[in-house]
Amino acid sequence: MKYAFRRLSALLLTMFLVSLCTFAAFSGISGSAAEARLGTQATPERVAALREELGLNRPFAVRYAEWLSGFATGNLGDSLTYRQNVGGLLRDKVLVSLLLSGMSFALIVLCSIPLSLLVVRWAGTPLDVAHTLLNQFCMSVPPFFTGLLLSWVFGVALHWFTPGAFPGLSRTGDALRFLLFPAVAIAVPRTAMTVRMLRGTLLRELNRDYVRTAISRGSDRSSVLRRHVLKNALTPTVAFLAQMMAEIVAGVIVVEQVFGVPGLGRMLVVSISNRDYPVVQAIVVILAFWVVASNTVADLINVRIDPRLADI
Amino acid sequence: MKRTFLALLAGAALFCGLLTGCGSGGNPPEQEAAHADELYVGIAQDLDSLDPHKMVAAGTKEIMFNVFEGLVKPAPSGDLLPALAENWTISEDRLAYTFRLRPGVKFHNGAIVTAADVVYSLERASGTSGAADIVTVDALSNITAMETPDEMTVILRLAEPSNEFLSYLTAAVIPADYDQQDTAPVGTGPFRFVSRTAQESVVLERFDDYWGGAAALKTVTCRVIENADSILMSLQSGAVDLFAHLTITQAQQLTADFAIEQGAMNLVQALYLNNAVEPFNDVRVRQALCYAVDKQAIIDLAFDGFGFPIGSSMYPAFSKYFDDALTDYYPHDTEKAKELLAAAGYPDGFSMTITVPSNYQPHIDTAQVIVEQLKEVGVRAEILPVEWETWLSETYTGRNFESTVIGVDASTMTARALLERFTSTAGNNFINYNNEAYDNLFQQAQACTDDDEQTEVYRAMERNLTENAANVYIQDMADLLAVRHGLAGVRFYPIYVLDLYGLHWES
Repeated sequence: MKYAFRRLSALLLTMFLVSLCTFAAFSGISGSAAEARLGTQATPERVAALREELGLNRPFAVRYAEWLSGFATGNLGDSLTYRQNVGGLLRDKVLVSLLLSGMSFALIVLCSIPLSLLVVRWAGTPLDVAHTLLNQFCMSVPPFFTGLLLSWVFGVALHWFTPGAFPGLSRTGDALRFLLFPAVAIAVPRTAMTVRMLRGTLLRELNRDYVRTAISRGSDRSSVLRRHVLKNALTPTVAFLAQMMAEIVAGVIVVEQVFGVPGLGRMLVVSISNRDYPVVQAIVVILAFWVVASNTVADLINVRIDPRLADI
Repeated sequence: MKRTFLALLAGAALFCGLLTGCGSGGNPPEQEAAHADELYVGIAQDLDSLDPHKMVAAGTKEIMFNVFEGLVKPAPSGDLLPALAENWTISEDRLAYTFRLRPGVKFHNGAIVTAADVVYSLERASGTSGAADIVTVDALSNITAMETPDEMTVILRLAEPSNEFLSYLTAAVIPADYDQQDTAPVGTGPFRFVSRTAQESVVLERFDDYWGGAAALKTVTCRVIENADSILMSLQSGAVDLFAHLTITQAQQLTADFAIEQGAMNLVQALYLNNAVEPFNDVRVRQALCYAVDKQAIIDLAFDGFGFPIGSSMYPAFSKYFDDALTDYYPHDTEKAKELLAAAGYPDGFSMTITVPSNYQPHIDTAQVIVEQLKEVGVRAEILPVEWETWLSETYTGRNFESTVIGVDASTMTARALLERFTSTAGNNFINYNNEAYDNLFQQAQACTDDDEQTEVYRAMERNLTENAANVYIQDMADLLAVRHGLAGVRFYPIYVLDLYGLHWES
């Protein structure tokens, strides 16, 4: 209980600091929503009038306090560019981005565990070299390139999906099929990383005394691998996968733009250049929550696997 | 554990199989494209505002041209056509315009357009009422009184006669006291606004009660596609049927399914010089740069030969005002450039920075060619790429720059829209051009009663800009439009609009 409380307060503190830093960054950079809004029609008088109307003239602390109290009561404020509530503006985009992250994560987990059990058996054989080369290759291909490649092959050539024409969440089946391609683009390098990490951990475990003992007692190698070694290798893997979640979020922002997925990625980029801070604040806090929460879940899982970890 | 392992494998296989497997079945609906009355248009940036009086971005007005109309509307030829006004008379002293409204014209919400709506809209557009972010049409401040003798007649009384006044009446007419233009805009155009999803799409639908007869297309979905690679992909995959403002490279990669139509961007692209800072406050230095820069070479190198060279702040589509004699006023001549630089006290050249908004590749490409050309006369130019918002606040509004490559457009179909900004007191005179003769010419143009005479004065203003080398003028960039085969009725305008009204699929 005490442990859960500690984690929860860490989560809240992180979100608070992230939002404060973002807010501060907006006060530091040049230009404001008023200039961005007026564009080439901007004159000093118009900018001043619009800054007044949008409330940008008030001190930093006042604006931040207002945003924070709104956030605490569930009101994310109005977008300065779209003139509508940030909650309504972002709801579908959050779902799309979370769905894409979730699918990428599922692909990584579902592919990397069986694959690493396979490549561990290859250790020391010529196949091991082939695996190392392939692994290095997959790890070094950037997701936006894989994304372009997948779009051309499956979108333009095979017509399995239409890049740039996301069907919308209401058509769940079509939406899932569309998202599979960006999910693969995100998952490829990260699966390679996970396989490499898991393989190393498994090989280390396999050299331990208990494995030798088990084999000498007549258990066959593969059943020892699955029954004992995999379980012991699980703790570092869960922690590693939680770290991966943060990277997936970064990958999603890039890959969404390649496939034309209407998620948070482009919204974030555009809102930054529009200096639309209520939108940026909301997105940044959502992303921070997502990353910290997945780390917390990973820790909780690990504590269940190995209760000793709760005391550290 | 063995079972878990197998289950994991099976799960992975199922997950992938389920999703890709169904891909081999029926094609996504977009693939059965070429619907008789549906069109998907790609746009490179989201709309900046839905309220017609608050739009700044050219890309927004380009699309919403189909939703809003004024008393008059522009034609592809550059003339003004009657729109909400059926006809009008101008008094002898040219100080009173009497508009007779077209009877029975409906707003998209079903209400009939009345004189009260016109008065409300013109007041709002002129900035005398409403929010701070209304982009005021300064020329409308010429109106001293608006009278509505009956529901279908509007009389506008002016302070001074003006030949261009009518052009500003393209300002959108919207229902009086309707306060949701920001989110649910209502106009009178051939298409009505249905919905928008931020950074994703804008959906327009045919307005069946349009006074000019319903359009051929039923729904037009504008998809926001910003990424340069995705633009090509979305055309080839069938996600969009039409995309304007493509680069030469993009257009060349599209051949089979598309026709490439070429128009002009209607922009004055130039190396704009801050006339208030050294060394550009010396006319000889500015002239030297004009001689040093070879615009045809820029067009050939960076634009594959597509583009229209210009010599002043006017583009060829404005044929009435465009003076082609100014285009080659400064032929490419490095010797002459060196002489002028030496005379100005820079025999060894100087160093300068060219600020370029980093999101506009054509301007960056242009700047790169200029840097090389300036090297030949000893001027060491350095490109300073900045974010668009920084460009707006620092360069444009702040006027804190040495030189910048940008394209300047006209907000209305008037010479004034392009030339007024260089008068010394103009708020948007970002190059700090300060020339008394120019200011006087502008006053003279405003006072002109005769259209031909006024045209001559505007041409004199263009000549003034050229002779004083206000900027290093380059070109009006070519505008390439990819149109899927079967789609017909594309019309180009001398302003930045995409007219959806005439578009239709040929069977």
